[in-house]
Formats: sequence, C-alpha cells, structure tokens
Amino acid sequence: MIGSFVRRLGALGVLAAMTVPAAAATQLTGAGATFDYPFFSKAFYIYSQKNPNVTVNYQSIGSGGGIAQFIAKTVDFGASDVPMNAGELGRAGQPVLQFPVTLGGEAIAYNLPGVTVNIRLTRQIIADIYLGKILKWNDPQITRLNNGVNLPDMPIIVVHRSDGSGTTYIFTDFLSHVSPEWKSKVGVGKSVSWPAPSAVGAKGNEGVAGQVRSTPGAIGYVELAYVVENHMPAAILQNKASKWVTCSPDTIAAAAATKPDVSPTNFSVVDAAGANSYPISGFSWVMVYKKPADSARAKLVYGVLSWLVGPEGQANAKSVDYVPLPENVQTTALATLKQMQH
Amino acid sequence: MTADPQFRRLARFVSPADRGFAAIVYAGSILFALLIVALFVELVLGSWPSIVKFGPSFIWNSAWDPVNSKFGALPMIYGTVVTSLTAIALAAFVGIMAAVFLADFAPRWLAAPLSFLIELLAAVPSVVYGLWGLFILAPFVRTAIGPALQHALGWLPIFSGPIYGVGLLTGGIILALMIVPTVTAISRDVIAAIPRDLREASASLGTTKWETATRVVLPAARVGIFGACVLALGRALGETIAVTMVIGNRPEISASLFAPSYTLASVIANEFTEATTSIYISALIELGLILFLVSIVVNALARLMIWSVRGSGA
Amino acid sequence: MRNQHLGRRRIYATLGTLLALCCAALGAAALLAILGYVVVQGIGVINWTFLTQLPTPVGVPGGGVGNGILGTLIIIGIATAMALPIGLLTGIYLALFGRGSIPEALRFLSDVLSGVPSIAIGLFAYAVLVAPLKHFSAFSASFAFMMLMLPLLVRTSEQAIRSVPQTVREGALALGMSNFRATWRIVLPTARPAIITALLLAIARVTGETAPLLFTAFGSQFWETNPNSPMAVLALQVFNYAISPYPNWQAQAWAGAFVLVFAVFALSLGARLALRRAMRGFEA
Repeated sequence: MIGSFVRRLGALGVLAAMTVPAAAATQLTGAGATFDYPFFSKAFYIYSQKNPNVTVNYQSIGSGGGIAQFIAKTVDFGASDVPMNAGELGRAGQPVLQFPVTLGGEAIAYNLPGVTVNIRLTRQIIADIYLGKILKWNDPQITRLNNGVNLPDMPIIVVHRSDGSGTTYIFTDFLSHVSPEWKSKVGVGKSVSWPAPSAVGAKGNEGVAGQVRSTPGAIGYVELAYVVENHMPAAILQNKASKWVTCSPDTIAAAAATKPDVSPTNFSVVDAAGANSYPISGFSWVMVYKKPADSARAKLVYGVLSWLVGPEGQANAKSVDYVPLPENVQTTALATLKQMQH
Repeated sequence: MTADPQFRRLARFVSPADRGFAAIVYAGSILFALLIVALFVELVLGSWPSIVKFGPSFIWNSAWDPVNSKFGALPMIYGTVVTSLTAIALAAFVGIMAAVFLADFAPRWLAAPLSFLIELLAAVPSVVYGLWGLFILAPFVRTAIGPALQHALGWLPIFSGPIYGVGLLTGGIILALMIVPTVTAISRDVIAAIPRDLREASASLGTTKWETATRVVLPAARVGIFGACVLALGRALGETIAVTMVIGNRPEISASLFAPSYTLASVIANEFTEATTSIYISALIELGLILFLVSIVVNALARLMIWSVRGSGA
Repeated sequence: MRNQHLGRRRIYATLGTLLALCCAALGAAALLAILGYVVVQGIGVINWTFLTQLPTPVGVPGGGVGNGILGTLIIIGIATAMALPIGLLTGIYLALFGRGSIPEALRFLSDVLSGVPSIAIGLFAYAVLVAPLKHFSAFSASFAFMMLMLPLLVRTSEQAIRSVPQTVREGALALGMSNFRATWRIVLPTARPAIITALLLAIARVTGETAPLLFTAFGSQFWETNPNSPMAVLALQVFNYAISPYPNWQAQAWAGAFVLVFAVFALSLGARLALRRAMRGFEA
C-alpha cells in the first residue's frame, strides 16, 4: 500500500521531469561564496523571467571551492568574498577579470539578558575583546561608554567563525586596521588562530548567530541579514570619524562609496573615512575569463553579469537584506566587465 | 562461528555456473579492495606536499594557524578520539540494552514500532542534528546536565571548568544519538539470530529471562555486536557537520569534557571549501589521511582486544 | 544454586528489564524530540506545492523542493544499484570462500573505510569522477554514496550468511545443488531480512549526508534527470536553507528534513511489508 504510493510518487516525479520542455534555455553555471547565494538566487531568477533563454545555476560551495572550480574551468564564473591573489591568478593561466557585485556589512551581535538598549563599543574595545584583554562585560572601559546601562558581571564569551570565510577575512582586516597588536599577533585571513581564552567557533553565519542567541554573555560578528532577520541586538560602533553608527545598508554603502576605484588589488573598505561609514564592510567579487573558450556562452555570461552590476540587477539587493553597490562602484564594475570578449 | 570448512570441502566447482559464480564473487571482492586502496592512495597523493613540509611533527604540533601556514593536528586528534569514545560508550550501552529489550523482551506490538523509531534516528540529516544540538541540546547541557555533573562529580578533572554548552560532552552526546541506530538495529538482528535452543537450554537450568539474555545470549552474540559497534564507531569518527556545530571548534587540548574542542573531520569540513593556498589544502587532506590512520589504529586495537578474549578466528 | 537467591535474582531481572526498556525508550524518545522540533519548525510549509515545485528565491512564494526529492531518488537508486552487488559479493566471499589472512585483511579494510569522513570520500569521488571529466554529476555523488554504504553491507551480509544454519546449507548440497544454486536459492533468501535491514540503514544514512555532495552533485535549481549532470539533492537544499538567515527558507529547511525522514520511514515500512508478504509461504 505504502509501497505503491511511493511508486506512484516516483512515477509522478519522472513524468514531471519529462514534461518539462527539453532545455531550450542555456544553463550557465557559477560557484563560490555562500555570502552571495541569496542575492544571486533572487537576481538570477528575475533575470531568467525576462530572458527565458538563459538560466543560471549558482551553487554556494564556498569561495575557495568557487575559485578552484573556476580555475578548473568547470563553471562559467566564480564568486568569492576575497579576490583571487597572484598565486591563484597564476594557476588560472589566462587573464582573469574580477569585479565587485554586492556589498556586505558585519554587525557585532551580543546576548545580554536584561539589557534593552543597543550598547556602544569603540573599535579598540572590540579588538581588545577579541584579543582576550577585556574579559568581562562590566569592564570599566565598556561601562564608561554606556552610562545608565546595567551591564552584568559576566564573562564575555567570544564567538567567531570556525569555517574559513570572507566574513572572517573582513573582520580580521578591520581588527588589523584598528589594532597593531592584532595585526602582528594574529593577522588577516579567512581562518585565523583566535587568541581570546573564551573563544568558541561556530560554523557559518547561522552558527555564530545561533551560538550568540543561545549563550548569555556571548558576542559575535555576523552578516547584516542575519541580525535583521533574527532581530538580534547589535552594537553601535564608533567609526574613524568618531561618529556613532549602526550597521545598516546606508552606512555600509557610505563606506563602500569612499572607494570608487576599488580593484582586486586594492579592495579593503574597512575602517573607512566619512561621517556615516560603517567600519566593518566589504565587497563580494565575481570572476570571469577575459577570453572564454566558448564565445556563444561568453555572450550570455556577459549579458547576465552586466545586468547584475547595473541598476536593475542591484535593485534586487534590498529585498533580501543586501546592500546595492553605490553608483560609482557600479560604473567601475561595468567598465571592468566590458573588457570581456563576448 | 568460523566459515564452514565442511561446506567448502563438499563444494566442488563442478559446473560452469559454479566457475562463473566464483569468478564474479572474486571480482566483486577485488573491486571492493581496490576502491579502498585507491582512496588511500588519493589521500596520500593529496597530502604529499604537507607531509614533505611538516613531516611527523604535524601529528604532535598544537598550532593551527592558517595565516602563517603553521599546522599541527594534535588537538584535533584528541578531540576526535574523545568525542568518539564518549559516543560509543554511551551508544553501546544504550544500544545493546535496547537491542536486548527489542529482541527478547518486547511484545510483538511494541518491538516493531520501537525498532523503527530508533532506526529513523539514522535518517535525520546531519545539519538537523547540528541545529537541534545548537539550539536545544547545548543550552540543556549548559543549564541542566553540566551543572548536575559538576555538582556531583566536579572533583574529577573531566567535569571541571566553565560550562559553555558546546564542547566535547555535547559533541559526544550528539554523536551517540547518531550512531545508536546502527548499534541497536544490527545487534538486535544478531541477538534474534541466536538459535532458540540456546535460550531454552539456559531456561531449563532455572535462570531468569534476564540472566539468559545477559549471560548466555549476549556472549554468544558477542562477535556480531562487536561488529555493530565498530561500524558505529566508524561513523562517529567521520561525522562532520553535526559535530562541528556543537563542539566549539577550538583547537586546544583540555582535560574537561565541558571544554570546547575540535575534531579532524570538523576542520576539514570547516576550512576546505575556503582554503586557497596549496599547502593549506594539502594540510587539510593530510588530516583526512590521519583520520584514515586513526581508524586503522582503533580497529586494530579493537581486534586485538577481541582476539585476546576468545582466541583467533573471529 | 537453590532458591535462597531466587528473590534477589528476580529483583535484578526486573531491574535489568526495566533498564533495557528505558534504553529503548530513550532512543525512541530522542527521535521523537528531534522530529518534534523539526515538525514544529517546518510543518506550516509542507504542501503539495512544496513537494513538487522548483525552489524560488527569498520572498517569492510557492517554492519547493521537488527537484531535490527527484535528485535524491535518482542518486540513491544508482548508489544502491552499485553498492548492493559489490557488498553482497564481498560478503559472500568472506562468509563462504577463502580462509585466513586475505579475508581478514578485507574485513579490516571494510572497517577502516567506515571511519573515513564522508567529506574525504566526497573529495575522492571528485578526484576520480569530476576533475578528469571537468563537470559535476549526479553519478559522482552516487559513487561517493556507494563508498559510504559498502562497509555496512559487507559486514552485515557476511554476518547474515554465516547465520544461516549449517543444516540448511548441507541440505541444499545434499540435494545435488551446485555451489551457486545453493547460495542463490537457499542461503541468500534466508539471509535476506538482515541484509534488507542493513540496506535500509545504509540508505537512511546517506539520505542525510551533505558533505560529499558539495563537490560531486553540486546542486541545481532546476529539474534534472541526467545522471551525468549536476543535480539537486534534498539534503543539500536542507543544508543551504538551514544556514540562511531567512525564516521562510529556514522553515523550508525543516520541512525538507521532515520529508527526508518521512521518506526513509515510508521506504523502510514498504520494504518490510513487501518482505513479509514474500516470506509468507517460506518458513525458515
């Protein structure tokens, strides 16, 4: 009885698959960062509705995986939180074009039972917390900034990413900019050796968010979308211009706009100047070959990606809690992409 | 129960069917062996640059610093061994007891559904275990199990120190849940297969059903149950996603079960997709190779244990 | 051993039985707790659309995991078709042929294989079937799954064949059956229930595996039936949705997890019922 039901379900599935029209559309493939996944899935879906002859299959196997597949030429384009470095470009063997496609910012989320307002933290305090030099929430350096807030006498449990990620790269880049001690002791990377004695690693943004949400006294860095969707309290940071800013699409875009000439070799926008800039922001990148082997496909790839970095494509960002590229950066990205032979 | 020599002596490859049959059987077995050897070779090839660079010190170094390309596997080996041993200790006890109950004590109407439910634990996706562990089990350990253990047995080093919720103990518990179906289902089948005469003979001596189950049937089923535990242990050693979400991912060795730790499989799962330098990738593959070797050592030790107990010829 | 100890032994027996019952109940309770959590998180999402439609981006309603379900069926089907013969043949070899160090080494290798992390096996499948061919494929995922299923099948089929009573085997041979017919017609059918259990357990295990899929099946947002292309897999979709920030996607992750567990449940139930019917006229 149940067996026949299963059989019928299977037949239905096969039937459905067969009745789907044989792919008149070309399926392009892309692989890389998990960060881009929600934005890409929305944007490419909209694109395919307007251009039914093209579908894009993007899978988030990680930036490293994306770069590896791109070098192995098993995908049409790669996506990564950090542009390919000289070594990787060398392995690719052909000229590669890299350009930013979206923006992200990292909120400092925390879990303080009984605290109802968003607390304030300076950049130096965050560095010291992650270095393990500030150990308790009621440390004078923190209470001094937050008059009237009842900070508990609890140890700070430092949460970081356990998996290699662009999010960590941006965060450690930020820490290295604001703390020479961090820069020499730990450095910048997608995976680092965390010095704080109470440090706990969680997998993925979801893991960090979840860990912070379920551990009183925890602090962690998470992409904006997770803080927004999960309604988590996030710290108000003091930026380079000594202004207090919250993590929001506007403040992130303001940081990105300070570098209109962003390039794969000069891409850091952490600790940006500007009154409204959020200090922990970063671009996310896409890479294509300058001269792809298959010119018909190249044409289609160019079509999708040029749409993506233009105003229409970028308009899809806000609905999924992503930050559209500022216009000056859109121009730069498009200029880079135009060099592609298509 | 050794392979039956009488059977083979009686059997002669008299017909073409028999010759063909033997050929297919040998072919299948050789293919099986080749697959495993190929896997080993691939692992060695992939880790060769790391082996050359770090040598044997890779195994006893404690630093895991991708920024400065310093890699050492010791804390991960520790975490893997401790969580897996915790898991098999819990799962073997619960699983074998459950198998005994299901095979010999449970009434028909209860045995089938209960077995079923336990087997379904194997079908739950790892990521679900991970998230459930993070949101439900870890807080439970932090607020209930941990303090209780520390209150009662806090003088033991394994129950000392701060309780985060995530850590070796939580990792061990999640793993135990994941491998209990293997232990239970296979042990139950093995126990059920023990001939009834053995039980009846024991009963005729005036033993209680429980004594028969534990002192006669279980020892007779020893080899099969051991096999079940070995398979279960294997799964525990290699589990990645569920463990990485509840273990705290800190490459440090600590005596306490409440401390965060790291396992070999977790590191690979966490960092492989983002590793871009070839020495980094190679170091990660070497961790896989070490896991392969840990599996060899654990299995060899287990076999030695069995041989010493009952003499050769498992 | 007279009755003076009988009282105490009875108490031990009762306590022991209770302990065993508690352990079994604990296992079942754990499953219900996890399943309960999954259901609570995802039940609102499951409907016919969810089971038959393609995934949609965040904010676009009506998405589903239809392609993931289909992909899972195809990949596991191929994996089983490869793993069952190899596992069974190796089990037959270990139980009935060969003696001494070679079978022992093979058993050892099988146990070692069961300890290799699934992600390492995924990398192996990648090195053998994806990198040389320069594209991802469902077949490479099946290959990885096959490697994960083999140790269980080998161990259990050997065990099951050995459990067949000597009398049965001797009887078959005494009737003049060849080696092959004796095994195929008499020994294997007797061992079948245990082998089916192992197969179901192996399928249950790989249904939830995600790590090997990252470099093999790759995943897809579209319908696909060609094993030589990237394909959507339910476990992978569950993973991707579960780690996303959006409540809508997360609910789909839990719903997908429920579908997975339910599918294994239905498969196990169906297989057992079919087996019982087949064995009805066959008294062992």
